[in-house]
Amino acid sequence: MTETATHTAGTFTPPARFAVPGRIEVSGRAATTWRTATLTEIRRETPRASTFRLAVPGWAGHLPGQHLMLRLTAEDGYRAQRHYSLASAPDDSGHIELTLDRVPDGEVSGWFHTVARPGDEIEVRGPLSGFFAWPGDRPALLLGAGSGVVPLMSMVRHHRARGLTVPLRLLVSARGPEELIYAREYGTETTPVFTRTAPAGVPVGRLAPGHLAPLLADPPAGGWEAYVCGSNAFAEHASRLLVAAGQPVDRIRIERFG
Amino acid sequence: MNTTRGFTGRPRAARPGLPPGQYDAGDDWPVLSAEVTPQIAPADWSFRVGGLVAEPRTWDLAAARRLPASGYAGDIHCVTGWSKFGVRFGGVSLDAFLDAAGPLPSATHAVAHAHTGYTANLPLADLTGGRAWIVWEYDGRPLAPEHGGPARLVVPHLYFWKSVKWIAGLELLDHDEPGFWEQNGYHARGNPWEEQRYSGD
Ligand SMILES: Cc1cc2nc3c(=O)[nH]c(=O)nc-3n(C[C@H](O)[C@H](O)[C@H](O)COP(=O)(O)OP(=O)(O)OC[C@H]3O[C@@H](n4cnc5c(N)ncnc54)[C@H](O)[C@@H]3O)c2cc1C
Repeated sequence: MTETATHTAGTFTPPARFAVPGRIEVSGRAATTWRTATLTEIRRETPRASTFRLAVPGWAGHLPGQHLMLRLTAEDGYRAQRHYSLASAPDDSGHIELTLDRVPDGEVSGWFHTVARPGDEIEVRGPLSGFFAWPGDRPALLLGAGSGVVPLMSMVRHHRARGLTVPLRLLVSARGPEELIYAREYGTETTPVFTRTAPAGVPVGRLAPGHLAPLLADPPAGGWEAYVCGSNAFAEHASRLLVAAGQPVDRIRIERFG
Repeated sequence: MNTTRGFTGRPRAARPGLPPGQYDAGDDWPVLSAEVTPQIAPADWSFRVGGLVAEPRTWDLAAARRLPASGYAGDIHCVTGWSKFGVRFGGVSLDAFLDAAGPLPSATHAVAHAHTGYTANLPLADLTGGRAWIVWEYDGRPLAPEHGGPARLVVPHLYFWKSVKWIAGLELLDHDEPGFWEQNGYHARGNPWEEQRYSGD
């Protein structure tokens, strides 16, 4: 069998480094310590999504785009843990915010949407992953759908809170205006894309080449760092559009919510 | 223990084979990859074993298919929390490739790298002895691009980020060298039974 192997030793140089390097170093300590967080406020965003504000003593701070792991514990010791993106911009309030979609029969999101109330305690660890983080340095082109807009909103909020001048654009896809999370907060940096219903005069349809062409035909100095977040189907669709429009693959970061 | 008020969770049918903190994804097979899915034609795929070996070797898909067929039928576990039971992968045992290249006695670790540049590090002991495969079939059909097709590494006893999609090669080393997620805060080994998710776990 081995004589059938092709010998091309020496002609192939393995890529020495991963294609898309992480943006920041991640603290191993912050990632492994479970902290008790207290729910302080619940805000409805859409019929299916709410924002949960948590006080987290000892929170190490985060960068926009990072996520945390959260766990709920039942009386018998059973635990359920899930990942959630940080919606809030980094600040020194001692609080963080998460925005959760209500998943049908969802074990964890179901608890948040039907049981949780201010004063409840849960546990979190993080922030996690330096890959999808945006320190606010490079021009950012953000593409999100559904709750995939959550980590991107942290970037938009950070951009505003710090008065950053580096270009930032957000394309956010939702089924309709009533399902658009953070609708009241968007400014001129944002273009909503409605896939099922839209206000009068606004076209209905998926994110399309036409949305990206103007941005990629005339990129800012240094080019865009693209951040894509949402379901796997959206991530595949959006990342293909980016590549087709000329965005280099090693400047595309993807977070898939599954 | 910090119990959560009013949280009961799903009915617990004790599921043997489910590592701590994992849930059964059922028929779903979530895709988790931080990269753009590459479209690699089967004819363009190659797999190289190099580094600390007696003779670096490279196979294309046709040559790899001529090695003795092998496969994995069992469970897989993703660090994000889902496990999938009873999957069937078809391909060739990694031992067949390693035996052909001949690891040197000094080789202790490997970096598995993808055609995209993604990497993961593994102790060599986790890749030998019938515990790892190069696969191109899932459930008897060609592996889909978003799941790593034309061919991926499968190391089912570790979290699945170690099972490098679009596998391009293995570089054998005499030391451990963190790969993509390992440099982004994830654990160096990733044993689901010990819940080695993040560095420091
Ligand atoms: C990095 C990352 C960041 C994320 N950020 C966010 C975010 O900001 N906001 C957000 O809303 N989500 C986010 N998610 C998704 C989130 O982690 C959860 O997957 C989501 O909230 C669903 O969890 P759940 O417990 O409510 O639902 P689950 O109980 O996990 O259910 C999900 C689906 O699987 C089925 N299912 C799962 N397990 C079982 C079982 N044992 N028996 C029967 N059916 C089952 C359910 O019926 C349902 O359809 C993120 C995911 C990742 C990986």
